[in-house]
Amino acid sequence: MSANNGKPKVGVYICHCGTNISHTVDVEQVRDWAMEKLGAEGVVIARDYKFMCSSQGQDLIEQDIKALGLERVVVAACSQHLHEMTFRNAGKRAGLNPYLTKLASIREQVAWVHEDRAAATEKAKAVVAGAVQRVVKNQPLEEIEVPIHPDTLVVGGGIAGIQAALEIANAGYKVYLVEREPSIGGHMAQFDKTFPTLDCAACILTPRMFETGMHPNIELLTWSEVTQVAGYVGNFKVTVKKKPRHVNEVLCTGCGACMEKCPKKVVDQVFEAGIGYRKAIYTNSAQAMPKFPVIDTANCNFFQKGTCKVCEKTCPTKAIDYEQKEEMLTIAVGNIILATGYDLFDARRVSNYGYGRLANVFTSIEFERMCNAAGPTSGKIVLRDGQTQPKTVGIVHCVGSRDRNYNNYCSNICCMQSLKFAHLVKERTGAAVYEFYIDMRTPMKSYDEFYQRVLEEGTLFVRGKVAQVTDAARNAQEEGKLIIQVEDTLIGKQRRIPVDMVLLSIGMQPRHDAKEVGRLFGIGCSTDGWFTEKHAKLDPVATMTEGVLVAGTASGPKDIPASVSQGSAAAARVLNLIMRQKIALEPIKAVVNPWQCSGCRICNGLCPFNAISFKAEHKVSEINPALCQGCGACVAACPAGAIRSPGFSNEQIFAQIDGLLRNFSTAAVQEETEQ
Amino acid sequence: MSEHFEPVIIGFTCNWCSYRAADLAGTTRLKYAPNVRLVRLMCSGRIDPTFVMKALSGGADGVLITGCHPGECHYIKQNYKALRRHLFLRRLLKGLGIAPERIRLVWVSAAEGTKWASTINSFVEEIRALGPLGWQKKLATDSKQDAAQEVLA
Repeated sequence: MSANNGKPKVGVYICHCGTNISHTVDVEQVRDWAMEKLGAEGVVIARDYKFMCSSQGQDLIEQDIKALGLERVVVAACSQHLHEMTFRNAGKRAGLNPYLTKLASIREQVAWVHEDRAAATEKAKAVVAGAVQRVVKNQPLEEIEVPIHPDTLVVGGGIAGIQAALEIANAGYKVYLVEREPSIGGHMAQFDKTFPTLDCAACILTPRMFETGMHPNIELLTWSEVTQVAGYVGNFKVTVKKKPRHVNEVLCTGCGACMEKCPKKVVDQVFEAGIGYRKAIYTNSAQAMPKFPVIDTANCNFFQKGTCKVCEKTCPTKAIDYEQKEEMLTIAVGNIILATGYDLFDARRVSNYGYGRLANVFTSIEFERMCNAAGPTSGKIVLRDGQTQPKTVGIVHCVGSRDRNYNNYCSNICCMQSLKFAHLVKERTGAAVYEFYIDMRTPMKSYDEFYQRVLEEGTLFVRGKVAQVTDAARNAQEEGKLIIQVEDTLIGKQRRIPVDMVLLSIGMQPRHDAKEVGRLFGIGCSTDGWFTEKHAKLDPVATMTEGVLVAGTASGPKDIPASVSQGSAAAARVLNLIMRQKIALEPIKAVVNPWQCSGCRICNGLCPFNAISFKAEHKVSEINPALCQGCGACVAACPAGAIRSPGFSNEQIFAQIDGLLRNFSTAAVQEETEQ
Repeated sequence: MSEHFEPVIIGFTCNWCSYRAADLAGTTRLKYAPNVRLVRLMCSGRIDPTFVMKALSGGADGVLITGCHPGECHYIKQNYKALRRHLFLRRLLKGLGIAPERIRLVWVSAAEGTKWASTINSFVEEIRALGPLGWQKKLATDSKQDAAQEVLA
């Protein structure tokens, strides 16, 4: 059965996807049309099936390859990004080179986006014809195997990054942990208690931070940032900028004498959330890891005015180094885990809640620091004057979250965080607590039990979105208080509730520079700005860029247990690659035909990966397949047509265009001219 | 010419942004005009001017080229090559007496399913307003030289 108009034998399989496709596309019609009209292109069999991706569907392909001697397969189903691999493997099992199977997308790009059944069916025919005519031009390709460098880069030293680094390091592989702040620990290090068990955050986090800092397999690069990323899965070359600490890490013992003696006090906007002080030479807390301080040159008397040097005089080991310069380190790693975390919503944006204007309106992070025994008030819950205990406290949920004016999404942690605050206020001050919520969301293990506990403790719950927080009193009872104006939706009434203290449960936001970071590592962000996972449900820690993984809140709001799980999950994915030692890459690498190349070198400067070099001895250009990323820009630019891109060759694309235009053009035109 | 004209458009998408935007439009069940048929490339920088001429001469009434936003190219800066070729193609079409608006270059990120759908709808309407190109018909009826002359005239 070799003669088939001189064309390879093609099998076409059209998936119903339950009713996902067949609801809008007349699958049987496409099947009959392919059988009838595409015979000349090589189609010998066209079938439809309820679920092509099921094992029966795949069996169908395998049997036909064996029985009919199919040389090419086209499956018209979902997106290429979802199931092309599934069908390539099915073909492979029946002895067909995986690159001779092609998926035609008629679900995401046809059935789901069109309503007119006739038009959708016509488009589906065109898409199938395009795929058939293109696959006929496909050549068998061999996958390229590249080695995996066993070292890993973890970016971000919050709890997710710490977890990932420890998992990999404990398995015996080297990890570089890069953190841009002076200490690891992230947001969790700022908290006092953690819900729902009320463990003290420091008690559970500090041992992990210590283990990370002391681990023989972890190289901690704090006060550092990644500035450049080159290469690909298994073989990344990363440049890390180590900012000058002005403290020699070899000599410093972390005794803290310099911090004690430093005369310059600065408001700590980062770790203390603006309600506490630090010195110009500082570590964020006594638990900082590493323990070496950093000089804040923007506030240091010596750097600003040229005099002082108190720290240098106090240091018993002569570790202060004003001359320290920033350092650029280049490291080679096989995989990268991004655990860059989140920023907090700026409560000033909701001006009707008065944060920044009304003294006793606090944000959740300010309150965390206030509750913390190591914080500015040593754990005492007091008003902005630093002394008075509040008698009534109002906690406002969803500040900046679930709000079309700010962020549409739910920040996930605020309900539980607010319940925790209610508990802490009750426990430490005995004050009356009001919670203002839209919906109460307590779905994880032991969360709802915690909610019930707080209910039983006597916290008052008001269901409604707070309209305003104001100090404009209307009666004697409201005088000197903050009044929370809210519609209580359960009793259907407007209420004004006077309180002494307002806590705003502010939501999570993507890092302000998430887009640039995404670009640096070659991954995308969602509309909201969170990093996009490869698959939100089934592949939540992988990204579209092989070898770059995400963990924790960098991909969306999460609580501590979820962040830790993701850290472990990302580590498992990395270890999987490290232990395989190599990975197969798609062989779509450009190749120069030396007999056609004129040596003009137009392509040389086009490649951003420096994969193309000029071989002076033969006067032709050559492409290094290890560096080529397969974009194809040089293929289009070569004036001699000497560069070929397997998988995306001119012949393949021309054939696909022909196919896509087939069902309306040639035939229709001929009919018209005949008339 | 029939009363109602349904243009046929060939769309070239980048694997990393616009192809995914098209997928996203699908998974979120956005509805848009069925006139655009897609060719997936690894990068908009793969666009060869001959692809566009091939599509137009093969019967397409318009060509849509989509790539990553400037500065967001998966291959660092190859989308700028698409931009240059797009400008070149516009001049070429003008020289051939074809409205340069028949080709459009749009930046669509993987997150912009909505932009994808609205881009398709607006481009289809624009091409509908321009009317059929009919280049392929001319090539089929006349000899190639006559067709070329007619187009140039």
